Amino acid sequence: MLDQNTSGQTLLKVENLTTQFEIQAKSFFKKPTMLTAVNDVSFELKEGRTLGIVGESGCGKSTLGRSILQLIRAQEGRVVWQGKNLLDLTPEQIRLARRDMQIIFQDPIASLDPRMTVGDIIAEPLTVFEPKLSRAERTERVREIMEAVGLVPEMINRYPHEFSGGQAQRIGIARAVITRPKLIVCDEPVSALDVSIQGQVITLLRKLRKEFGLTLIFISHDLSVVRLISDDVLVLYLGRIVEAGDCATVFSAPAHPYTQALFSAAPIPDPKLARQRSRIRLQGDPPSPMNPPPGCPFQPRCWKATDICRTKMPPTELVRPGQSAACYHMDRPPET
Amino acid sequence: MTDQTQKQVLLELKDYSITFKTPDGDVKAVSNMNLTVRRGERIAIVGESGSGKSQTFLGIMGLLAKNGQTSGQALLEGRDVLSLKPRELDKVRGKDMAMVFQDPMTALNPSLKISRQLTEQLEIHRGFTARAASVEALDMLKRVGIPDPDRRFNLYPHELSGGMRQRIVIAMALLTKPKLLIADEPTTALDVTIQAQILDLFNDLTAEMNTALLMITHDLGVVAGLADRVAVMYAGRIVEEAPVDELFEKPAHPYTAALHAAIPRPDQDVDDLVVIPGRPPNLQHLPKGCNFSPRCPKVEDDCIDRPPQLETLAPQHCAACFHPFPRREELLTHA
Repeated sequence: MLDQNTSGQTLLKVENLTTQFEIQAKSFFKKPTMLTAVNDVSFELKEGRTLGIVGESGCGKSTLGRSILQLIRAQEGRVVWQGKNLLDLTPEQIRLARRDMQIIFQDPIASLDPRMTVGDIIAEPLTVFEPKLSRAERTERVREIMEAVGLVPEMINRYPHEFSGGQAQRIGIARAVITRPKLIVCDEPVSALDVSIQGQVITLLRKLRKEFGLTLIFISHDLSVVRLISDDVLVLYLGRIVEAGDCATVFSAPAHPYTQALFSAAPIPDPKLARQRSRIRLQGDPPSPMNPPPGCPFQPRCWKATDICRTKMPPTELVRPGQSAACYHMDRPPET
Repeated sequence: MTDQTQKQVLLELKDYSITFKTPDGDVKAVSNMNLTVRRGERIAIVGESGSGKSQTFLGIMGLLAKNGQTSGQALLEGRDVLSLKPRELDKVRGKDMAMVFQDPMTALNPSLKISRQLTEQLEIHRGFTARAASVEALDMLKRVGIPDPDRRFNLYPHELSGGMRQRIVIAMALLTKPKLLIADEPTTALDVTIQAQILDLFNDLTAEMNTALLMITHDLGVVAGLADRVAVMYAGRIVEEAPVDELFEKPAHPYTAALHAAIPRPDQDVDDLVVIPGRPPNLQHLPKGCNFSPRCPKVEDDCIDRPPQLETLAPQHCAACFHPFPRREELLTHA
């Protein structure tokens, strides 16, 4: 879906990925229903770029991130990583591939084992993937990475509860980058942090991305954070990509009505602008993924919806170079 | 906004403090706070976690944890609510002042129908009969924008979405037509598009009912869209207070300025964030001087020596800083 003419190798290619969960029926006699969390998602990610995935709760953004890393197994589609489809690999092959693919979680404290020291937590990927390292070498690597993420190496023997949320997130980041992975999925990494700490962690991620040549998938509900860190962006609604493209284009000229509404709902920290701008007021809540509406998923809340929207899912089309959307009534650039 | 000062004073905090007794000694969560709220005014209280912004108003509502103690005065229309007996407080709470919390699910009773939760206070505070209360409550459900209110009136909280639940909580709070509505991060748990709906609702209804709104939030975007006046808290103290436009255009306290420069924007490309180093101080070991001094780019000897007091810099604009910023640009050159 993202086909801008940027140079660089394709690192990850996701094709028609669909992830479903089985929901147990309330009655013994009824069949379980299927919940489609990620629905026919395709995109390409080039090396060294950062892809932002935005959407509201329940849109499938976390499931998508985990389906890529094979933490959740998808039902259909392909995840092509270094020429191989991850969905075809054995669990052991996936385990080995994880050396190059790491994840950072939202809740920094909960994602650290309270009974392990910080040093052991950060060293764990090394013990798994580089078992031949001596103890001294491992400690050296841990101290090095602690320094790189802004932790004092003297804290190596402390336990997670002795750290603040921001520091704990730095530990999570250190653990993710110590094996020098190529791809890191960041799942709402700053949402649980205070504003001043959030800025520190974003700045750190930007620094590490440059130093280590990382490719990032940055999942967040916060549009301003995504705009700050991403090169490309995917907008998800009810498991489907409704709009995608390079960040600058999508943010300056969103084409899909949902993207427009989402952007216009984001509060702007400028009182004069906030008073002046006209806002799209969306009615109602997002539909339940258990019971998706027919046709376009956004159609029940969309002010542009017509009959065709209610019957057929709109195809994904190119809006302009570097931007595509799935909508029959999208804002297209004026003909030249 | 200039006529704000002429309006009648509704709530006045005078030298208001909150102290928690803990096994490790006393923790002063709120220190010597002074704040005036006028009728119909919308004030945002901004701060990070641990700044005391929530405790301040839990204290006024008499909802502090058992080890918490208030001192000073909180005058609601001249009457000190801190010195009220529990019985007397019950008459004020929910009637003259109401509160909306962050998590609507825990604010609602899961075992009672929406209808009962709404009508209860009308019967208690305003002496309505059950039937009259039902009519009034249904009308309020319509006003907070609940679609199909007749059906939803008889549902339980778990049968509603998060946005809908928060509407119910707001309906509950506004039913008794309180003079003061305290909203503690009311949209933090909600999605962006739902947040926008709820903020609109606060905007419309408080204006319509001339209710004063105290919005506690960490989100400067929410502040910008809603407040008339803003108080910024840091480590238990108000460090700056100003009309909303002035606070965003000419922040005087280095903390306010840094906070403003540290947030990314959804509507603009930002190349570099100003990063505030360090983290807020531990309330048990506050610095001797200014609480922000360990993180402040403008710190000087006097800041470490003694705490600055709030001083008026311009009409309605005060800050507690020995070296306030005249302009935001200066911060960027410092950072």
